[in-house]
Amino acid sequence: MNSGLINANPIVYGKKERRARTAPVDVDEYAAEPIDQLEIFDHIRDIKDPEHPYSLEELKVITEDAIEVDDTKSHVRVAFTPTVEHCSMATVIGLCLRVKLMRCLPPRYKVDISVAPGTHATEAAVNKQLNDKERVAAALENPNLVDMVDECLAPSYE
Amino acid sequence: MNSADENFELREIQRLEGHTDRVWGVAWKPATGVNGVPAVLASCSGDKTVCIWEQSPATGSFQQKAVLEETHTRTVRSCMWSPSGKLLATASFDATTAIWEDVAGDFECISNLEGHENEVKSVSWNASGSLLATCGRDKSVWIWELLPHNEFDCVSVLQGHTQDVKMVQWHPSMDILFSCSYDNTIKVWAEDGDSDDWHCVQTLGESNSGHSSTIWALSFNTNGDKMVSCSDDLTVKVWGADIMRMHSGDGNVPWAHLCTLSGYHDRTIFSVHWSREGIIASGAADDAIRLFVESIDGLVGEPSYKLLLKKEKAHDMDVNAVQWGSTENSLLASASDDGTVKIWQLTSSS
Repeated sequence: MNSGLINANPIVYGKKERRARTAPVDVDEYAAEPIDQLEIFDHIRDIKDPEHPYSLEELKVITEDAIEVDDTKSHVRVAFTPTVEHCSMATVIGLCLRVKLMRCLPPRYKVDISVAPGTHATEAAVNKQLNDKERVAAALENPNLVDMVDECLAPSYE
Repeated sequence: MNSADENFELREIQRLEGHTDRVWGVAWKPATGVNGVPAVLASCSGDKTVCIWEQSPATGSFQQKAVLEETHTRTVRSCMWSPSGKLLATASFDATTAIWEDVAGDFECISNLEGHENEVKSVSWNASGSLLATCGRDKSVWIWELLPHNEFDCVSVLQGHTQDVKMVQWHPSMDILFSCSYDNTIKVWAEDGDSDDWHCVQTLGESNSGHSSTIWALSFNTNGDKMVSCSDDLTVKVWGADIMRMHSGDGNVPWAHLCTLSGYHDRTIFSVHWSREGIIASGAADDAIRLFVESIDGLVGEPSYKLLLKKEKAHDMDVNAVQWGSTENSLLASASDDGTVKIWQLTSSS
């Protein structure tokens, strides 16, 4: 089962304690409360890694600190850390993050997804691909890729 | 255009709703909107359809006249009318390019060009309407010849770009083809004098003061001696060439960088279009539209361009395309991720 995995034995970290939020986690476009770092983190922490039964939070692929939000400018930046430098799953993880944020943030939001500086062998190429919306649109018309993304996103909706 | 003492305003005339997904492109039908012929616009979308909009001569408002559907099975990324306006070509992520014939307002798909391995991203007719170019994610540029009875024959498959090709555009008067790519270059393609072979005669890259990231679009001025390009590097660049030499039949006339407009958009610039009157429009992922015009204060021999107008929040989301009307009615169409097409009129008050 483990043969052929990019990272056969990833380090698994604990999950962060869930802090109670005053507002419901579901985004209400009409709510006055601004969207903050924790809210974004809550949307993406439970996304499953494409090749392991662990969440992106458990693998420290994403942390709360790696999220920048400017609600007044409607801008979110997420820098994720692939578990290994040559992770070929980086583009799939990036796609999962983008799709989840596209689905749960108001449409006025601009989302930038990148790998954290120095954490991927082909950092510039991965970042360019993740932020080319034409490529993202084409990828999301590929049923196999959509199935893969939906499977990873499923736990984040529970 | 003398813009020194005038104030310009880009006024929203109408918001066209009908698409159910992002709108990628718009194309004005040639020779419409003039001499009593109602203006006609095509728009294409992630909803896999193309909409045809026509301006009512009585009210001036645009109405949806036709929806071209059930042919493309994926996003329709770009569309362009043939110079006569009789045919509409549509490029789709489904790897095909469809050719539609307008028979008194009824659109019939008369041909489906297959050959690209996957997503076709752009389609362009040459000035005479005898050649069609397509490009796509498979890094190739295809040239098709229109034969009698609306048959299309592939005359060349051009390899040279190292990444997907975002747009193809023919020169407005010469059979010289331009392509721009995710590989950060613009390539110029011309036909050999002796054989029928097409080849790359110039590559405009970073070392030629070119772009440092994906080039999304390019457009020519009416004379065809200048070209403008826009990029993910947040700049718009103007290029020039010796048009006299080009008209004398020299297909190898080099293009040179003339100037770079930076600091005007703060997210990816997806579209740029040069009007007949010399105004450059740009549309970007910052939801804004900008207009530029050649500055008359520029030093002799060194053209410079100044911002004529900025329209923040032109759309609720990314602006994917801007296109000026083909006649002198100063209409601009824009397409957006917000699913709408907007019609704008440029007005001036001295």
